[in-house]
Amino acid sequence: MSAEIAITLTVNGERVARRVEARRHLVDFLRLDLGLMGSHTGCEHGFCGACTVRVNGAIVRGCLVLAASLDGAQVETIEGVSDSGEIRDLQDAFIARNAAQCGYCTPGMLLTAADLLKHNPAPTRAQIREHLSGNYCRCTGYHAIVDAVAAVAAKRNGRATP
Amino acid sequence: MNEIADPGSIDRPNSYIGKSVPRPNVKKLVEGRGQYVDDIVLPRMVHVALVRSSLAHARITGIDGADALDVPGVLAVFTGGDLAAHCAPWVGVLAHLKGMKSAPQRPLPIDRATWVGEALAAVVAETRAIAEDGAARVRVSYETLPAAVDMGTALEAGTAIIHPELGDNLCFERVNETGNVEQAFAAAHKVVEATFHTARHTGVTLEPRSILADYNRASGKLTVYHSTQAPHMMQGVFAKHLGLPEGDVRVICADVGGSYGIKVHVYPDEVAVAAIAKIMGRPVKFIADRLESFSSDIHARDHRIKGRMAVDANGRITAIDIDDLTGIGPYSVYPRTSAVEGNQVVSLVGGPYDFANYHAKTAVVFQNKTPTSQYRAVGHPIATAITEGLVDLAAEAVGLDPVEFRRRNLMADGTYPRTSAAGLKFEGLSHIASLDKLLAMMDYAALRSEQERLRGEGIHRGIGLAAFIELTNPSPFMYGIGGARISAQDGCTVRIDPDGSVVAATGVTEQGQGTEAIMRQIVAEGVGVPIEQVRVVTGDTLTTPYGGGTWACRGTGIGGEAALQSAIAVKGAVLAIAGAMLQAQPETLDLTNGEIVERGTGRARMPLAELARIVYFRGDTLPADLPRELIQTRHFITKQYPFAFTNGIQASYLELDVETGLVKLLKHWCVEDCGRVINPLLVDEQVRGGIVQGIGAALYEECPYSSDGQVLVGSMADYLVPMAAEMPDIEVGHVETPTRESLLGAKGAGEAGTAGAPAAIMNAINDALRPLRAKVLAQPFTPERILAALGKV
Repeated sequence: MSAEIAITLTVNGERVARRVEARRHLVDFLRLDLGLMGSHTGCEHGFCGACTVRVNGAIVRGCLVLAASLDGAQVETIEGVSDSGEIRDLQDAFIARNAAQCGYCTPGMLLTAADLLKHNPAPTRAQIREHLSGNYCRCTGYHAIVDAVAAVAAKRNGRATP
Repeated sequence: MNEIADPGSIDRPNSYIGKSVPRPNVKKLVEGRGQYVDDIVLPRMVHVALVRSSLAHARITGIDGADALDVPGVLAVFTGGDLAAHCAPWVGVLAHLKGMKSAPQRPLPIDRATWVGEALAAVVAETRAIAEDGAARVRVSYETLPAAVDMGTALEAGTAIIHPELGDNLCFERVNETGNVEQAFAAAHKVVEATFHTARHTGVTLEPRSILADYNRASGKLTVYHSTQAPHMMQGVFAKHLGLPEGDVRVICADVGGSYGIKVHVYPDEVAVAAIAKIMGRPVKFIADRLESFSSDIHARDHRIKGRMAVDANGRITAIDIDDLTGIGPYSVYPRTSAVEGNQVVSLVGGPYDFANYHAKTAVVFQNKTPTSQYRAVGHPIATAITEGLVDLAAEAVGLDPVEFRRRNLMADGTYPRTSAAGLKFEGLSHIASLDKLLAMMDYAALRSEQERLRGEGIHRGIGLAAFIELTNPSPFMYGIGGARISAQDGCTVRIDPDGSVVAATGVTEQGQGTEAIMRQIVAEGVGVPIEQVRVVTGDTLTTPYGGGTWACRGTGIGGEAALQSAIAVKGAVLAIAGAMLQAQPETLDLTNGEIVERGTGRARMPLAELARIVYFRGDTLPADLPRELIQTRHFITKQYPFAFTNGIQASYLELDVETGLVKLLKHWCVEDCGRVINPLLVDEQVRGGIVQGIGAALYEECPYSSDGQVLVGSMADYLVPMAAEMPDIEVGHVETPTRESLLGAKGAGEAGTAGAPAAIMNAINDALRPLRAKVLAQPFTPERILAALGKV
């Protein structure tokens, strides 16, 4: 139980104003206050990456950011980047390569992969693995995810799939 | 009318079986639009937080919830005593596991806590956060009791007996014996022996255990949204223990965020949530957090195994003898029990090999730790590590390359059906073909020379092999004969709707394996429609045929065959109606691509949608006595073999840093034979995911305990899981030996990776260590253990 704080921020392009408990973290705010269920809680300690979302353009752990600190922020979630089409090629590659099984890690994994390709458009497999190494996936063993990200990088660069 | 006799063999319209078809249900998942249990919000829903035991063994002298009830938003506090009148206890035993015993267990214990993490009280509040506030204010008074922590001393006099009424801490014991082991060891050319340890670890499903139970007092119906692998089993469990008619319980599992066996068990805290929903008459949600997952999800694989192998002068195995000890926590888990893992170990050791004399004993003991039970590849990784560890020691003892030793001892292809020394019945396996394929894929000879060359440069690389068998397509011999209400049969209903689209409702479930994709492929091919026209319904006890769900690698082999037979039956019904409408013999017609065509010429006669329109809206135009059942249900159960065994072999190539003890995985290979491959894309990813889960066990994962029974895992910083950076690329190959028990010919593929990977990693590490005269046999093979083996720490 804690005091409530008023915040106004932009989530997926829409302005939202809410009063939040000081202890409410971002992923709970997205899920419980805004009904955006695409960001998942996996560990709530910052290890698993399931709650990865974007704040002001950078990926963050939604469980380690307090909603109260986000007055004026721009937040983007998997729902937002899906609707905008920004990561459609990554999503298509994940489907084609079966890089998502249970799908629970997938929204966070995709946002992390998109972040990698933004900063490093032509990553090696080792660089892909390194960048994704904060996102836990129990199902795939990661190989298919690395393949999918590599395929999108190649396609964006006009190269054949490696 | 049935070209499926060789599914996938002809590239004709709608031949989807054997093709890498993407999954229809993944688009919603990549857009974050799935529906896991925690995504469901119901009116008047309340939340549970649990107060868990902080002691391994203690008498509960009082639970005071008064302060919790003072927290605004806290609605109720329930103790074991509060739930006792509403929920009957259970005992996790199976009658066919002779002599097995366990004690009655309740959703919340009444007077005694038996492991750290056991739920003792439930706080119900308007939000989870408030429920946690309340839980922090519940005061439990304990009287500490002596704990039985170490499985090695569980049966010794002087160790506390956890359930005095059972007489001792022995849950189950079994000896599996064939031939004359003592004679074989006495006559052996060489004998090797070793003691192996597999570490107690857990599944770490990324979506924690989740349940939302909703009881409607007016209708008397309980609806449970549950992250489970076995909805029909859970329907029966909730009905029986909450005193409801089975028909008044509906279990729905939509998207499940990973399961791997973790979500196929009855968890006391989840039954408590259902009981609370019934008492309060409103929806009650419980989502485990990560900390409580580590102490309340089932653990597995806590084994110490002494093993020895006898070999003759020709390098042939003559006997294997093992002595297995496993600690399972204070209760055998209901209803699958905690004895199956040990039971599988004594059945599976030596499984790939041709030898005559076998003796294997398992002792399954109670202890005050988190209960253990079935987790992906139940018993297989343990049995494979023992077998393949002994095989490598024996190869070394007789001076043979590990490949040559295996070639001499693996069951020869073409010698089936046959029975193993442990008594397992094999319909058809392909060990030698799989070995040959693996060696070609990895270029074994080239790797050996690279290894040799690098050793000269002080680089320590290792190559490890692990042949394995895997139990799939289980019959009632697994659980049913022991009295458990766990279905080995499964069913599928296929129907054609007025627009010509097809709906298939199956009793097997989807947790990410690709069940919906597989069923869609099979049904589209079986009926003869484009795959896009097929929708699949899973995970709802009210709308799917009664079935077992998805576990033990049964989804495709059992559920897939039911779907195929059901689809073929619907096609037969369509062609009979078409024959009447077109005044043709049904045998002269076919259904392809959603079109009734003339058999042979392929000339289009009528769209399926037109036939369906007439059946549903203008039935008056059809002959009065014509059956027009565009819905068919078929069930399938295996009858000839208790299990459909698969086989395979894995190889690991790794580099060992002898200064730090760190293992760098360079590459991993697996060849496996799951019978008919329905979807290569999905099978390969099952194998890869399974391998990485096995690698986790081999290198990282452990739930360590203090001597007083405290689990020393507080977060994912303490419990390491495989992450992308450390994992290797994995190459997967197949040999296909279809089972003849079904038209489809499919066996299971989901556990092969996990079965073989730890052994392959262990053998590769020991291959790297061999020139340094060191070896490691206790998982996980941490840097500390490797350095200790090297005498450096």
